[in-house]
Amino acid sequence: MASPSDLAVSEMDFDALPERSWVDKIKDTARKKPLGAVSACAVFVMLLLAAFANVITFYDPVQNAFDSMHVAPGAAHWFGTDQFGRDIFTRIVFGARTALFVGFSASILGSTAGLILGVGSAYFGGRFDLIFQRFMDIFISFPLIIMALSVVSIFGTGTQNVILAITIPLIPRCARVVRSSALAIREIPYVDAARALGFAHVRIIFRHMIPNVMAPYLIMLTSFLGQAILLEASLSYLGLGVQEPTPAWGLMLQGGAEEYAESAPWIPVFPGLAITAAVFAFNLFGDAVRDTLDPRLRSE
Amino acid sequence: MRNTRMKTLLIAVAVFALALWSFAPAEAAPKKGGTLKFVVGSKIPSYDGHIESTFGMIHPIRPFYSLLIRVNPDNPASPTDFVCDVCEGGIPAPTEGHTKYTFKIRGDITFHNGQKLTSADVKATYDKIISPPKGIESNRKAFFSMVESVTAPDPKTLVFKLKYPTGAFVPALALPYNFIYSKADLDKHGYKWHQKNVNGTGAFRFVQHQPGAFVEGKRYDKYHHKGKPHLDGFRAISAPKMAIRLQAIRGDRAAIEFRGFPPKARDDLKKALGDKLTVQESDWNCNLMVTPNHKRKPFDDARVRRALTLAIDRWGGSKYLSRIAIVKTVGGVVFPKHPLAATKEELTKIAGYWPDINKSRAEAKRLLKEAGYPNGFEFTLHNRGVDQPYKVVGTWVIDQWRKIGLKVKQWVQPSGPFYATLRKKKNFDVSIDFNCQSVINPLVDVSKFISDDKAGNQYAQYQDRQLDKWFEQMNKEPDVKKQRAIMRKYEKRALDEMAHQFVTLWWYKINPHRSYVKGWKIAPSHYLNQHLDNVWIEK
Repeated sequence: MASPSDLAVSEMDFDALPERSWVDKIKDTARKKPLGAVSACAVFVMLLLAAFANVITFYDPVQNAFDSMHVAPGAAHWFGTDQFGRDIFTRIVFGARTALFVGFSASILGSTAGLILGVGSAYFGGRFDLIFQRFMDIFISFPLIIMALSVVSIFGTGTQNVILAITIPLIPRCARVVRSSALAIREIPYVDAARALGFAHVRIIFRHMIPNVMAPYLIMLTSFLGQAILLEASLSYLGLGVQEPTPAWGLMLQGGAEEYAESAPWIPVFPGLAITAAVFAFNLFGDAVRDTLDPRLRSE
Repeated sequence: MRNTRMKTLLIAVAVFALALWSFAPAEAAPKKGGTLKFVVGSKIPSYDGHIESTFGMIHPIRPFYSLLIRVNPDNPASPTDFVCDVCEGGIPAPTEGHTKYTFKIRGDITFHNGQKLTSADVKATYDKIISPPKGIESNRKAFFSMVESVTAPDPKTLVFKLKYPTGAFVPALALPYNFIYSKADLDKHGYKWHQKNVNGTGAFRFVQHQPGAFVEGKRYDKYHHKGKPHLDGFRAISAPKMAIRLQAIRGDRAAIEFRGFPPKARDDLKKALGDKLTVQESDWNCNLMVTPNHKRKPFDDARVRRALTLAIDRWGGSKYLSRIAIVKTVGGVVFPKHPLAATKEELTKIAGYWPDINKSRAEAKRLLKEAGYPNGFEFTLHNRGVDQPYKVVGTWVIDQWRKIGLKVKQWVQPSGPFYATLRKKKNFDVSIDFNCQSVINPLVDVSKFISDDKAGNQYAQYQDRQLDKWFEQMNKEPDVKKQRAIMRKYEKRALDEMAHQFVTLWWYKINPHRSYVKGWKIAPSHYLNQHLDNVWIEK
């Protein structure tokens, strides 16, 4: 049996442990999750490209330069030029802005709306939960792209509508996952205690339940990023997303894939690679976040 | 001695050449048989030629029908060469001061259902086109505004009486949409029956239509042009995506596409297929226009509209865009090679066609400043969700406007909603529009610029009575020189002084097809020469 003095010593030892710097923590995480670290770097680079697109590139992304049509990749144009003589590297860098803006906006909006609705549904339970979940079932039954196409066909094209089109199908997916966590939390006594103290529903949901379902929320949010970027590219490729002359990867692919795949393959290849790299990076990043935050995976 | 040898050598060469010539194959005679497979990039809204205006209907359905007269299949590029189809002999000379045309109708024509064709059927057809009953659409009613009456005094005679003499009448008769219907069908089934049913006198009989897949036709053995058609049948395959149409020709799943491909596609196909591919090219009676909405500010101001047209470098654009899009020719309101069209010298005097683009853009900026927009303004360009040439030209004009300080976003809609916006909602700032006609008939083709209460296809929403007056004068003027003079004033006012709406570039038609397809000649319109009775396959 440990004596009080032993306990005091062990507490002292614990306090004496040196505080680990954030650099060490990052190094440690990178060692444990190398793929996650690489993907985080890729995401960081993409954010930098998008933020400093004006500084990084030498050409105007939208200005036609007909004397430089279909120039193959080289020193002057690293990724070549398209049918309007526009520098493809420049358009890919600026296209990152479109992809990230749409991707982050849609996934944040979709996940957050799903978080609130999912927790609300779990909290109120009963008939409300039953009916609400059936609506969610209807929405989930449609594949993401079909749902997004329906929304675009109703509201029209353009960046805002594309964000809306991607956000709407993401909501039920997040709501369903978050609800399952929130159902467990609802049964914990502190929620009953909060009710007994007469707190409003909104306060209980936002201050006592939502903070406890942040892990699944963040996991869903990061996993949606890749999906949202891919959906944006798909809609643009189908001519239903953002429109020319806005630089967007799917749009660049659409403009070049059909006509120039053989004679000027760099026109569709580089935007295609950009989409692949971005989606791959965000998916790996999402997986790493899930591995870190999911208590079951963490314990394993 | 040397001279004799030389003579002998020359004689030998001549004899050898003669022998070669005599054994050389003569111009190949048409072969019978085979099924022509072609791809169509648009859907069939209905089978009724009198209400439709899309090649999606013309290409698969036109071979089932005949016309009163048609563009000469052997000379379809000519705007004045017409031949009889169900009529007999040549195009009749007008009488009674050029106001009466008497056609003789052939007596050997039967509809696919076995019923005999008479002048009463042709009369019933033109009655439906020119003066349809209330509630019945007729897309080209305005083309026949000069017609006073159509009569059929006997089964072999048809008479058109005109209100005034005009050169626009005969070309209007040759429009490929004027399918001859049976009077009995119209009387028995009503005026909407032909939207979903086919009964014509064309070279092919309707077999089946699998929506979204194909239309099939079989040779009509009682076809009135003897010895034709050469084909056993045809299959019009629906393929909305250009890549699929291209691959279909490349992989020999289809032999031809009649609308047209962009230059790059032609080059790729030629590179891949070599001699197995033949390419026919032609100017196209189609132009892409920019239509500002006069009901929206600041496009109600002629200075702003002039600035928009002055910013566009048509001469430079033609050079480069012709490499990537199905546009090429710089022209005014009239088909560029027609005698009524403006010469290059005349064109360069119109705003937007000046040879010095810098001077033109400086004037555009001055006009914008004068109109109260020294720093430009923002607006949205409404466009059709079709790559060639709409989206390509749309992207180009946005860049042109950027050069005078205008910030333009593009709003693209699929064809259905695009038309709904132009025709019904009218909630656009500036839209891309087009003026595509079949038979080259400038006197009526330019009707797109008259007031919107007179022209059903003018979407800029303006009324200009001066243009209306000149349009009427032109159409009633028998002297071509005077017509031309009025046309110049009309063009100057429409494109320059008022800049109501303006032409960007005229289209250019490129038809690459399998070399074994013979007999089909390219026309300056994708609506013309699609009866297929003279097409044959050399395989």
